[in-house]
Amino acid sequence: MSTTVWERIAERGGISPQRARTYGFIYLAVGLLIFLLFALSTSPGQRTTFAFTPGGQSNAIPIPDVSIPSGFLLYFLALVTLFIGSWQLARGFRRINVVLGIVAAVFVIAFLTWAARDSSLNVTGLLSSSILRAVPIALAALSGVLCERAAVINIAIEGMMLSGAFTAALTASIAANVWEWESTFAAQTFGLICAILFGGLLGLLLAVLAVRFKVDQIIAGTAINILATGVTSYLASRILAQFSHLNSAGTYPRFPIPVLSRIPIIGPALFEHNLLVYILLPLLAGVHILLFHTRWGLRTRAVGEHPKAADTLGVNVFKIRYVNVTLGGMVAGLAGAFLILGSVGRFDELMTAGKGFIGLAAMIFGKWMPFGGLGAAMIFGFADALQTKLAILSVPIPSQFLLMAPYLVTMIVLAGVVGEAVPPAADGQPYEKD
Amino acid sequence: MPPVLELRGITKAFPGVLANDHIDLTLEEGTVHALLGENGAGKSTLMNILYGLYTPDEGEIYIRDQRVEIDGPNKAISLGIGMVHQHFMLIPVFTVAENVMLGVESLRNGIFLDPSAAASRIGEISQMYGLRVNPNTYVKELPVGIQQRVEIIKLLYREADILILDEPTAVLTPQEVEEFFKIIRSLVDRGKSLIFITHKLNEVMEIADDITVLRGGRVAGVTKPSQTTQKELASMMVGREVVLQVDKQPAEPGDVVLQVENLEAVDDRGNAALRGVSFEVREGEVLGIAGVQGNGQTELVQALTGLRNILAGSVHIAGADLTNASPRKILQQGVAHVPEDRQQDGLVLSFPVSDNMVLNTYYKPPFARYGSLNQKQILAAADERAREYDVRTPSLSIPVSNLSGGNQQKVIVAREFSRPISLLIASQPTRGLDVGSIEYIHRRIIEKRDEGTAVLLVSSELEEVMSLSDRIAVMFEGEIVDILWADEVTREQVGLLMAGVKGD
Ligand SMILES: Nc1ncnc2c1ncn2[C@@H]1O[C@H](COP(=O)(O)OP(=O)(O)OP(=O)(O)O)[C@@H](O)[C@H]1O
Ligand SMILES: [Mg+2]
Repeated sequence: MSTTVWERIAERGGISPQRARTYGFIYLAVGLLIFLLFALSTSPGQRTTFAFTPGGQSNAIPIPDVSIPSGFLLYFLALVTLFIGSWQLARGFRRINVVLGIVAAVFVIAFLTWAARDSSLNVTGLLSSSILRAVPIALAALSGVLCERAAVINIAIEGMMLSGAFTAALTASIAANVWEWESTFAAQTFGLICAILFGGLLGLLLAVLAVRFKVDQIIAGTAINILATGVTSYLASRILAQFSHLNSAGTYPRFPIPVLSRIPIIGPALFEHNLLVYILLPLLAGVHILLFHTRWGLRTRAVGEHPKAADTLGVNVFKIRYVNVTLGGMVAGLAGAFLILGSVGRFDELMTAGKGFIGLAAMIFGKWMPFGGLGAAMIFGFADALQTKLAILSVPIPSQFLLMAPYLVTMIVLAGVVGEAVPPAADGQPYEKD
Repeated sequence: MPPVLELRGITKAFPGVLANDHIDLTLEEGTVHALLGENGAGKSTLMNILYGLYTPDEGEIYIRDQRVEIDGPNKAISLGIGMVHQHFMLIPVFTVAENVMLGVESLRNGIFLDPSAAASRIGEISQMYGLRVNPNTYVKELPVGIQQRVEIIKLLYREADILILDEPTAVLTPQEVEEFFKIIRSLVDRGKSLIFITHKLNEVMEIADDITVLRGGRVAGVTKPSQTTQKELASMMVGREVVLQVDKQPAEPGDVVLQVENLEAVDDRGNAALRGVSFEVREGEVLGIAGVQGNGQTELVQALTGLRNILAGSVHIAGADLTNASPRKILQQGVAHVPEDRQQDGLVLSFPVSDNMVLNTYYKPPFARYGSLNQKQILAAADERAREYDVRTPSLSIPVSNLSGGNQQKVIVAREFSRPISLLIASQPTRGLDVGSIEYIHRRIIEKRDEGTAVLLVSSELEEVMSLSDRIAVMFEGEIVDILWADEVTREQVGLLMAGVKGD
């Protein structure tokens, strides 16, 4: 059987010939878009300035801003993309996902170059705020991973985060302003712990409903969401609004990491955050190791895939699910506490604004892996940070479309890179012992 | 020496059925005890009780004369009882080593999983009992025969010495059964005691030391191979005379119904599974596909029924081009399909028996009108079908997963046969059925043929292919090596072709 050129191309990337071809055409289309939408609408004299020093005080070694003629850069980026597209069609790339990522990145850079023509874009600031926005989403995704790996769908992450945020704000404020603790740090940490515990309590509630009483998991989760929204909003307007000293938890101080934070660009973006941001990576790594290299993890995954098989080997399906959903609740509580202690400092009604649900999406895009969730969360965080930046730059397209663009890119990239995501086989199904 | 295991008066009722009614069973050390019985006789239930998955309503269990209470699998495992379930309990996305060590994980530093320690113990067990398997492959990539070995290794890894094997040979090819018997003998040689459930009487005669026959939840008889015959066992199981031979008139083939030309397809791993398969099936004839499992039969049936992408070639059914058509379109063309994997492709396990009975026509009147289901009609039809095909179930509204394995199969057959069809594609149609039901299904297949239906029969039981088919197509490595008239060939000739030896 003779192989066609398409089959040979696909062999290199390990994908089907149709898909290899589609990728080529998508790259060409992206190149053309950069050319038609962005390059053609810049005038010769316009320049884009990229700034690399964040606002406020910073440890980083300063480096100068870079100013590039916008048109020149855009033509260049369009050419690069067209070249990648032609290469894909003619020869094919081996590392298909890397190339897809590069094309997406080029498109985003082109877009920013165009949007910030005649003005300046603070790259470091953008990255830094992306990280801050990604952390709660990554935590929410982690909460989802913990639950769904044991086949319990936790749609209540949103509500658990909201409750966690409320608890953190209230308890930290009480410790600081009512009990008048000396150390703000101690008060905030007290709030953090309370939030985690309360999240765990809600997780336990979900477990009792879903595992013990086999209530439909979506309904049980939705009930918790509604409850959390109602109670926190009521208490916020009744108590926090009147006694502002009960809603002044503040944020953990920034803690620049010695040496690392001095690296230009990366330093301020990654290593000048508060403690809670730094917790994320060890936490993700810890869960990853637990999940894939310990007895608990093996049993958790078994329960998520085929609870009956696990049961016949003497694994206690119910116990595993109880423990995991409770842990998931604790992580969701932590995500909520982060909104207060790591970011805003005070509680506002409905302040989670869908981050719990976005976290669930990140979990799916991340293929139910802790670090996969982080990757997806970074893209969502970046999109979120971008839209606030773009509001400042004056861009001649309706703001609604601007808000859409980053998400569109996100969806295309994720659909392409991630491919088919396979959930744990028993996800969402209650286990019945006969 | 006391018996290694004794069950006394075990009784278990499910809503509507008395699945076990005062059952006694004695297993002697180092022997194979065959447990026979019709579909739904209560064999799996009894074994699930012994393994601690069900609690008996009454009765006592003794191990070496010690009374024991088995309240869960953990207890059973600690008493040295292991069970291979009728439907495998393996986690497809885990490796062999992970599947085997689940529940008794070997750890490094008391924390981290140590798959290599498990793998080396699996290696030792493989060596000792002739159970060859690579501990690092994923279970989903293994053929059923090897998955079976993994299940047995799971028991030996836990040092079980009472092994329960629930219909282990139902999914095996004759070659694999030979292998499997060698394994059983080596287990017995090392002092293990086995309870072996099967519907194949020749296997019982070959391997068993003692035989217990169940019927309707009661013990119908206890005997030994030396004191009985297959015919006697069959009637003891079913309670009447069973004709073990199919009698049929010569076929009167009519027009071509199924025309397959140069079909090519790949398997799940992307390897060529069908390499230019061509054949035709006519009205009123049975074309049997013989072949060692894994030579493309599965993929062929999937390609014909719209469950697998066809890369080249064509499929015409009753003149219509149905290459890569949707399953719905194909079944509307009058095609019935009895799939190889009943739980995967044949049933929606969590749906009630009644809904499963009409899965292929639920959207049409009288079962649905203006987009809503008419449960009354569905129940009425399901009731009629259950009666006609002798599906044993306490109620039509329990989930089909609660039925015994053989009765699940009968639900599929009842559904597929209960509408006018022009082509019947039956893959392993009698897998897991008792002799009485096999006799019945065979008769129905021949009846369908005589009504003018074209029948494509795929079976790894050479016996079944030989006795039902009018013509036999032998598959080997994705090709049809020859098509023969069934009354002009011998078992040996077909066997040689199946092994890839081309005669002339
Ligand atoms: N979980 C359950 N709930 C209700 N009824 C059940 C359940 N499990 C089995 N039964 C019923 O108990 C009876 C015995 O079933 P069992 O599975 O023990 O039969 P079996 O002898 O193993 O049959 P087969 O040869 O078909 O596997 C059947 O009538 C079945 O419908
Ligand atoms: Mg059974």
